[in-house]
Amino acid sequence: MATTVQQPPRIERRGSSQAPGNGGWRGLVPAGGNLRGVKNSSPPPASTGIWVILASITMTFAAFTSALIVRQGGATDWRHFTLPPVLYLNTLVIIGSSFTLEIARRRIAAFMEGLRNKDHTASPARWLYVTLFLGLLFVAGQTFAWMHLRSQGFGLASNVSYSFFYVLTVAHAVHVFGGLGGLVRVIGKLHHAALRRSTLDATARYWHFMGALWLYLLLLLWMKL
Amino acid sequence: MAKIFAVTIILIAIASAIPIVMHMWPMPQDISTHGHLIDEQYTDTMWEAGLSFLASQFLLAFFVWKFSNTKPGDKVRSFPGGAAGLVIAAFLLVGTECLALGVFGVKAWASVYFTPPSANALPVQVQAGQFAFYFRYPGPDGTFGPLHANLINEANANFFGIDTTNDQDSKDDIVTAEMAIPVNREIHLLMHSKDVGHSFYVPELRVQQDFVPGLDVSIHFTATKIGKYEIVCTQLCGLGHYNMKAYLEVMSQEDYDNWLKQQAALQ
Amino acid sequence: MHDMSAHAVQHGAPTSFLRKHVFSLDHKVIGKQYYALALLAALIGMVLSWIMRIHLGFGSYAIPGLHLLSKTGAPGNVMTPEYYLQLMTMHGTIMVFFVLTTAPFAAFGNFFLPIQVGAEDMPFPHFNMMSFWVTFVGFLVLVASFFVGDGPTLGGWTQYAPLSAIGSTGGPGEGLGVVLWASSIAIFCVGQLLGSLNFITTTLDMRCKGMSLMRLPLSAWGWFITSIMGLTAFAVLMPACILLILDHVAGTSFFVPSNLVLNDQLLPHSGGSTLLWQHLFWFFGHPEVYIAIVPGMGIVSHILITNMRRPMLSHRVLIYSMGALAVLSYMVYGHHMFVSGMNPVSSLAFSFPTLIITIPSTIVVLIWLGSLYGSKLRINSASLFALGFISMFISGGVSGFFLAQPSIDIMLHATYFVVGHFHLVMGVAAMFGIFAGTYFWFPKMTGRMMNETLGKIHFWMSFVGAYCIFMPFHYLGIAGNVRRYQAFTDDYLIPLIPVHKFITFAALFTGLAQLIFVYNLIHSRFWGAKAPNDNPWEGTSLEWSTATPPPHNNFGDKMPVVYHDPYQYSVEGASSDYIMQTSPEQLKNAIEEK
Repeated sequence: MATTVQQPPRIERRGSSQAPGNGGWRGLVPAGGNLRGVKNSSPPPASTGIWVILASITMTFAAFTSALIVRQGGATDWRHFTLPPVLYLNTLVIIGSSFTLEIARRRIAAFMEGLRNKDHTASPARWLYVTLFLGLLFVAGQTFAWMHLRSQGFGLASNVSYSFFYVLTVAHAVHVFGGLGGLVRVIGKLHHAALRRSTLDATARYWHFMGALWLYLLLLLWMKL
Repeated sequence: MAKIFAVTIILIAIASAIPIVMHMWPMPQDISTHGHLIDEQYTDTMWEAGLSFLASQFLLAFFVWKFSNTKPGDKVRSFPGGAAGLVIAAFLLVGTECLALGVFGVKAWASVYFTPPSANALPVQVQAGQFAFYFRYPGPDGTFGPLHANLINEANANFFGIDTTNDQDSKDDIVTAEMAIPVNREIHLLMHSKDVGHSFYVPELRVQQDFVPGLDVSIHFTATKIGKYEIVCTQLCGLGHYNMKAYLEVMSQEDYDNWLKQQAALQ
Repeated sequence: MHDMSAHAVQHGAPTSFLRKHVFSLDHKVIGKQYYALALLAALIGMVLSWIMRIHLGFGSYAIPGLHLLSKTGAPGNVMTPEYYLQLMTMHGTIMVFFVLTTAPFAAFGNFFLPIQVGAEDMPFPHFNMMSFWVTFVGFLVLVASFFVGDGPTLGGWTQYAPLSAIGSTGGPGEGLGVVLWASSIAIFCVGQLLGSLNFITTTLDMRCKGMSLMRLPLSAWGWFITSIMGLTAFAVLMPACILLILDHVAGTSFFVPSNLVLNDQLLPHSGGSTLLWQHLFWFFGHPEVYIAIVPGMGIVSHILITNMRRPMLSHRVLIYSMGALAVLSYMVYGHHMFVSGMNPVSSLAFSFPTLIITIPSTIVVLIWLGSLYGSKLRINSASLFALGFISMFISGGVSGFFLAQPSIDIMLHATYFVVGHFHLVMGVAAMFGIFAGTYFWFPKMTGRMMNETLGKIHFWMSFVGAYCIFMPFHYLGIAGNVRRYQAFTDDYLIPLIPVHKFITFAALFTGLAQLIFVYNLIHSRFWGAKAPNDNPWEGTSLEWSTATPPPHNNFGDKMPVVYHDPYQYSVEGASSDYIMQTSPEQLKNAIEEK
C-alpha cells in the first residue's frame, strides 16, 4: 500500500498556533487572559480539545493514584512485588514511538507546507506506520507482562498491590488504544488529502501524553509496588 | 400577577417561620453536658439564617411588587451603590457571619472530639450489625476480652465473637441488647461495626457518629437526666435500617449497678 | 475575518430519516434528544417519588399495580422495606444524573451554546452525537436493574461501601443491581466528558467575529463553567465506579475491610477502605451539585434580564461569582463526611470553605435582587419560574448555614433537614430553571408559544406545592427524623407521622402540576399558537437574531458579527428599548463591562 499522494492536500496555512490564546499551551488561558479581546481568528478547536481531553485523563489517573495511596496507607495487607522486567522494555518502546511520531509529524507538516524537496514526499506517512507498529508492540508487551504474572498465579485479586498494578496498566493500555485509533485516523486522512495540521498536532500531543503518563505510572508502581 | 407573587412569597416566608418561632417540632431536649454548646450554635445560626431568609424573601417580594408596574416612559434605575456596594455587603455581612459561626463553632466541635475521655470514664463497647446494636460491658476485671470475627454466631447469641473458654478477660464480659448507663458519669463508647456502615445517633445526647467498618472509633459523653431514650441507626445499612435501634436507659448509679448485676447473671 | 471554511464543522444538512432525527450530528437535535431523555427520566423519577411518599405517609397502603413493577418487591401491592430503598435509590440516581445534569446543561446547552456564541455547530459533532447516545445507553443500563434478579440496588444514590461492595450478602439488589448501577454511572460519565469537550471548545474557539468572552450571555457562561466542572468531576467518579465494579466481579478489596461478618459468615475481603469510597464519591459529588445548579443560574439570569429590560447590575461580578462557586466546590466536599469517622480536624478544615462558599452564593442572589430594583419587570411563565428560582435558591441556601458547621451537623446529619436542603436548593431550584428555560426558549426551538395560562397554573401549583413539601422536611429534621427510613417505628418518630401525611398530599398535588406542564409541552409543540416573529421576547442575544427554528447551520448564509455586550436594554439615546448584539448601531451610552 504505497503512500503516493499526487499533490499536497489543501490544508489551511496556519502558522498561528504559537500566538497567545490560540490553542496550544497558552490556549489554557482563554484569550490570553484578555476576556474582552476580540480576535479576528480563532484557534483550531482540535488544539483546545486535546488539552481538554488530557485534563480529564489526568483527573482519572489522579483519582486512581489517590486511591492507591489511601489504600496502601490504610491497611497492612500490601504485599510488595517486583515489576515484570518486560515493562522496562515496553517503556523504551513507547518512548521510542514518541520519537518516531515526532519525526513523522515534522515530515508530514513540512510535506503539507510544501517545503521539502521531492525525496521525502514519497512516503510522508512512513514514520507514522513505524509509530503505529511500536504502539502495537507496546500493547503486546503489556499483555505479555499480564500473562506472565497470571502464569505465576498473580491475578487481579491476589493482593491489592496486584489489583492496582492491573487497574493502572490496563487503564493506560485502553487509552493507548485510543491513541492508536487516532493514528490510524490520521493515516487515513492523509491518504485522502483531508488531514488538517491541527488534527495531526493534536493526535501527536495525545500520543506523547500517553508516553509521559506511562513514565509517571511506571515511577508510581516502582515506588509503591 | 406580580403582586400576587409578592404576597405569596411573603405568606410563604412567614408560614415557614412560624413552626420554628412557635417551637412546634422542637429539637429533642438536651440531656448531655456538651450539648448546650451545640444548641447555642444552633440558636445563633437560626437567628442569622432566619433573618437572612426573611429579609431576602421580603426584598424579592417587595422589588417584584414595586418594579413590575411599568408605565411607558419609565426609566430603568440602578440600585444605589451598584454592584460594588452589594459585593461589599456580601463580604462584610456574610463573611463576618460565617467566620463568627465557624470560629465559635470550633469550641462546640472541640468539646466532642478534641477533648480526650477522662480517666474514670466508664467504657462501654457497642457493635453495630445488620440490624441491631449490641453492647458489652467489661465486667469486674475492667478489661474487654479480645474479639474473634470467625466466632460470631447469632444463633448462639455470640454476637461479638467472644471466646469465654480460652480468653481470661472475656469470662466476665457482659453482653446486652440495650444500653444502660449511670447518670452524670462520663461514658467512653467504643464503636465498631460487624458488617457494613452504621451510625450511632441519640438526639437527646447530642451525639451522632458513624461506625467505620475496619476501624475502631470512639466517642465520649455524659448524660445528665435519667430516662429512657432511643439509639437509632442513621447510616443506610440495608433493608432493616429503619428498624435498627436500641434503648438507652440513663439510671441512677444504684439502679445501674443492680441492672448490671442482673445482666451478668443472664450471661 | 473568521475563517469558517478552515475549521467549520463540515457536515451538510442531513437527508435520511436516521441522520436527521436519530443519529444526528446537529447540536440542536442532540439538545432536543437530551431534553426528551430528561423529560422521560423526570417523569419516572417523579412517579417513584409519589410511590415513596404514599408509603411514607400511609404505611401499608396497597398501591394498585405496584406488584407489576417488581416480582418480589410488593406482594399484594404493599411495599417491602427493601423495595422502598430500591425505589429511593433509583429516584435519587435518575433525578441527579439523568434530569439535573442532563436538562439544564446538556439539553439547553447543546441547543443554545453554539448559537449564542455565533457558531454553526460544535467542533466535534461526532463526539457530540456519541455523548447523547452513550448517556442514553447509561440510562437503559440503569433502568434495566428494575427488571433483573432481585431488583435495583438499595444503597442510596451515594452507594456507600462496604454495603455497595460486598455483593448480594448485603441485601436484595446488592449483587447485580450494584453492578448495573455502577456500570450505568461509568457510562454516563463518558457521555458527559464527551459533552464537556464540545462545550469548552465551542466557547473558546468557535465564537463569531466580535464575540469576546465578556460579550457572551450569562447562560453561555453558566454552561461553560459547568462544563469545566464536569470535566474534572466525572473523570473522578468513573474510576471510583470501576473500582467498585471490580470489588464485585473480580474479588478485589478496594473498599471492603477485613473481618466483616454477614449471616455468620466471614467475608473474604481484606484491607479495603470504606472512607476511600466516600472521598472519591464526594470529590465528584460536591461539584456535581454545582453542575446541577450553575446552568440554572446562567439561564435564570439570562431570562430575567430579558424580562427586566435591563442588564444585571454587574455582568462581570456574576461571572466571577459563578466561577468562584465552581472553584470552591472542590474544597468543600468533606462536609458530607463530618461525622463519617474521618479525622475531626479535617471536618473543621472542610467547614471553613463551606462557610465561605456562602459568599459568592450571596453575591449572586444580591445581584439578582439589586437588578430587580428599578427594572421594568415583565411577568410571564418564564419570568415567574425565574423569580421562583431565586426564592427557592434562597430557601435552600440558608439551611446550608446549619449544615456547614460540623457541631450542628452532629444533630442534623442524615436527617430530613439535609433532604429538605438539597431538594430545595438543587431539586426544585434547578427544576424551576429548566421550566423557565422551556417556556422562554420553546418559541425559538419550535416556532410556537407555550400556553401562558397553563404555564401560570403550572407555576403556582409547583411553587406553593414545592414549599409545602420541602419546608416541613426541615422541621422534621430538627426534630431528629432520620432519613432513608421506609417507616417510622421509633417512639420519638411516631408523633411526626401526621407531618408526613401532609407532605404526601402536597407531593401528589405538585406532581399533578407537572402533568399539566407535560400536556402543555406536547400540545403546544403541535397545536400551540405560532410565535409572532423570530424574537417574541424582544431579546438581544444571538439566538433571537436567527430564524425560528434556526436553520441547519444556525445562521443561514451569513455568519453573525457582534458589535455589543449582550444586554443592551433600555440604553439612553438608543433607537429602541433593546439593541441586538448583531446591530451595528453605534451606542453612546452602551452598557459595557470595562
